[in-house]
Amino acid sequence: MSLIQETLEPIQTSFEQPTYSSKDFQSNQDVRWCPGCGDYSILAQTQRIFPDFGVPKHNVVFVSGIGCSSRFPYYMNTYGFHSIHGRAPSIATGIKIARPELSVWVVTGDGDGMSIGGNHLIHTLRRNVNLKILLFNNQIYGLTKGQYSPTSEYGKVTKSTPLGSVDHPFNPLLLALGAEASFVARTLDRDTKHMQMILKRAHNFCGTTFIEIYQNCNVFNNGAFFQFTEKESKDDNVLLLEHGKPMVFGKEKNKGIKLDGFTPKVVSLDGTNSVNDLLVHNEKDSVLAFILANFNAMEGMPRPIGIFRAIERPTYEKDIERQIENAVVKEKGSFNNLIQSGQTWIIK
Amino acid sequence: MKELLQKEDITIRFAGDSGDGMQLTGMQFTSTTALLGNDLSTLPDYPAEIRAPAGTLFGVSGFQIHFGSTEIYTPGDVCDVLVAMNPAALKVNLNGLIDGGTIIANSDSFDDKNLSLASYNSNPLEDGSLSKYKLHVINISKLTSLTLSDTQLTSKEIDRCKNFFALGLMYWMYNRPLEPTIEWMQEKFKKTPKYVDANIKVLKAGFNYGDITEIFTVRYDVQPAKLEPGNYRSVTGNEAVALGLIAASEKSKLGLFLGSYPITPASDILHELSYYKNFRVKTFQAEDEIAAITSSIGASFAGALAITTTSGPGLALKGEALGLAVMTELPLVIINVQRGGPSTGLPTKTEQSDLLQSLYGRHGESPVCVIAAKTPSDCFYTVYEACRIATKFMVPVILLSDGYIANGSEPWNFPLIEDLSDININFRTEKDGFFPYLRDEKTLARPWAIPGTPNLEHRIGGLEKQQVTGNVSYDAQNHDYMVRLRQNKIEKIAEDIPLAEIDGKESGKLLLVSWGGTYGAAKTAVNNKRKENKYISHLHLKYINPFQKNVGEILKKFDKILVPELNLGQLSKVLKHTFFVNTISLTKVEGQPFKSIEIENKIDELLK
Ligand code: SF4
Repeated sequence: MSLIQETLEPIQTSFEQPTYSSKDFQSNQDVRWCPGCGDYSILAQTQRIFPDFGVPKHNVVFVSGIGCSSRFPYYMNTYGFHSIHGRAPSIATGIKIARPELSVWVVTGDGDGMSIGGNHLIHTLRRNVNLKILLFNNQIYGLTKGQYSPTSEYGKVTKSTPLGSVDHPFNPLLLALGAEASFVARTLDRDTKHMQMILKRAHNFCGTTFIEIYQNCNVFNNGAFFQFTEKESKDDNVLLLEHGKPMVFGKEKNKGIKLDGFTPKVVSLDGTNSVNDLLVHNEKDSVLAFILANFNAMEGMPRPIGIFRAIERPTYEKDIERQIENAVVKEKGSFNNLIQSGQTWIIK
Repeated sequence: MKELLQKEDITIRFAGDSGDGMQLTGMQFTSTTALLGNDLSTLPDYPAEIRAPAGTLFGVSGFQIHFGSTEIYTPGDVCDVLVAMNPAALKVNLNGLIDGGTIIANSDSFDDKNLSLASYNSNPLEDGSLSKYKLHVINISKLTSLTLSDTQLTSKEIDRCKNFFALGLMYWMYNRPLEPTIEWMQEKFKKTPKYVDANIKVLKAGFNYGDITEIFTVRYDVQPAKLEPGNYRSVTGNEAVALGLIAASEKSKLGLFLGSYPITPASDILHELSYYKNFRVKTFQAEDEIAAITSSIGASFAGALAITTTSGPGLALKGEALGLAVMTELPLVIINVQRGGPSTGLPTKTEQSDLLQSLYGRHGESPVCVIAAKTPSDCFYTVYEACRIATKFMVPVILLSDGYIANGSEPWNFPLIEDLSDININFRTEKDGFFPYLRDEKTLARPWAIPGTPNLEHRIGGLEKQQVTGNVSYDAQNHDYMVRLRQNKIEKIAEDIPLAEIDGKESGKLLLVSWGGTYGAAKTAVNNKRKENKYISHLHLKYINPFQKNVGEILKKFDKILVPELNLGQLSKVLKHTFFVNTISLTKVEGQPFKSIEIENKIDELLK
């Protein structure tokens, strides 16, 4: 019998439901973002919603790369790993494969995740490792003091583009959908309830979840998303996606989205069109998710927030576990058997 | 009855097109020879192209085996027999054949097209240019197809069997049994019995050809070597690495995690470990070299025995992440199977040119432990030692192998799990007095507190750490302290490893210092010189960072220090600046291991 038998089983973790408050998730480290930064709200919503998950905090790991957002793990009183630029998805993948029972979260930014770490991000999404990825998109490099990022708009004037950027930006959600991410969502730093709801859905989803969070960098790119977050403008510019519900928006709830062939159009609900004519959101419809993610590039369309796509498929780490369990059931490995398999001979 | 002559050792080189199955033929000859109890060493030598154009000089694939009734440390400087399946194979390998050596040539492939591809103006089999060799011209292709004329195989399938004719003939010439290869065929082709039958037929035809025809009048026998008693198997360096990792996982009771990106000549370790699911090995074929190492760092943080495998260019890509592993003080084993560089270089050829990269090729002060394996079977013990050091000291360890020992094989008196030393792992679970960077006094290792452990929640990362608490610290004094501490920790390893042992006298005129795969040629050179009563001492270094504690003392007791390396003198440089000694470099970067004669010549020159 092999030693390995008892010892390489997944480490047992306690399963009794802990009762936590948001305070339990606050570490003793001083939070060091600029005053007014959107990151504060994201941290607060995360700490607020985590007690609802019922996961023991010692089973939670936050992994980040480099950038303002990547300081996040220091402030969560869980296990944490502030790693190197762009590599958080890979570090998190290693953690999750080694220990599938852990709840592993990745915090990244538009520079970290879309630029230097773009390769790791897309491959993590296609593999469907059960990681929760939060991409703080502020469309600027904050930590290095204000260069344009891969999500900055064309023509953006920054320190490294004094005459305006000639870089065409990424649309993070289209990239994620293109990588066939199973769960793709967008939320806003200022919409606390919505963000909590999205985080909770992400937690409950089995598979990689990719959440783009519009985050205001009030120092280097103030107001980049104000039209979607501020009271005066948000209702007319934001479309709240709800599964099974028609796509209605506007301050007076008098506008909606209708499909004309494959082209989405804004219509007013003024008698010629009724709610019944509108597109109905469906998280299971990939084609629809692409259409919605493309609104960014279409003049006059509202910006959708919510869950664009949520379609479960087997996760990478569970598939690995399954192959292992099948192999172990067949024949549990023993070094002594292995080394003597094949041709051996004795010399006396 | 033909004459049977006894030989002490023999070197055979099988050479042909990369599609001719020369590697397979060589490996079969090797297994059979190992079973007979000979000591042996092999050198597979193949092109980077998977299916190089047929008949070309650069498409030649060779496999050399040196076997004997005495201890064998190298694949042989020159070969006694060259099996050339086509003109290109003859041309490329002829200068490695000893004067008066035997050539077995497949005359069927010496047609105009192949002769011109090999840049022969006239047919060397006919023009007398090979008169100083024992030339045996055999129409192997034709004989193979005659043997299989009554089968249903296509002419293409028949042609693929011809290597077994050559193998059968070699078995006859060197008095080896056919049974091990026949058994192997029955297993290998069990799904297509027609191949089993055909291959066996051709193998026997080759054997009988030697026996019946008048061409060969003598055959040779090489008696078993006087090897240490024990259980033996043959092993390549890459197989030995995989087995060593399995052993370390079983012994340490840690789950094994391998993050890797395919790269020649390291990929076989990934392949091998991917089969061992029943050992709960988790292999992750990452999207690139960076993800390969960072996933391993993640797995290490999570409590796995974490490994990443690569070759030179891949190690360069891993450099940044290695800095993170140094900073976070996590155990990690990085296996670098060196090849010819820089850049894509000579991907299938051997070199030892990543030593300085391994020692110094990173940003900041980031010392890691570096150890090197010397032979295929030594890869097993070295990787096991790497795992022990990494987990005991909470440090990254780079293991240097090379293309030569990774693909070469030798008989191995293998251990069982109970023969191996313990690898004790203590995950931190105690809450009281826990600080992520509070250290063990002896090893300076920080605690390994893995996620999932209640009450030990903590954060690590690439920013400088405050000693003890592990909090981020930009304090100047603290940084200075931590940089020195990380260096100290690596130096402390010297107290945990055995002293270096010198082969020969402890002082004298000449000390030969070798590292890695150069061991075999160095050892052979030393033995040969001793037979001539030229007495020199030999020091082989397994541990390169840190060096064993007595290395400096040993070096200082010799007038001259000769360091042969497959690079431009990297270890030599390190020895010079570490120990302030004069070293003499013998260097070679031809993608091939040293021949012992090359070292012997240098020794003669220095002893003059
Ligand atoms: S630079 Fe911008 S993103 Fe960074 S902390 Fe300050 S406000 Fe936030």
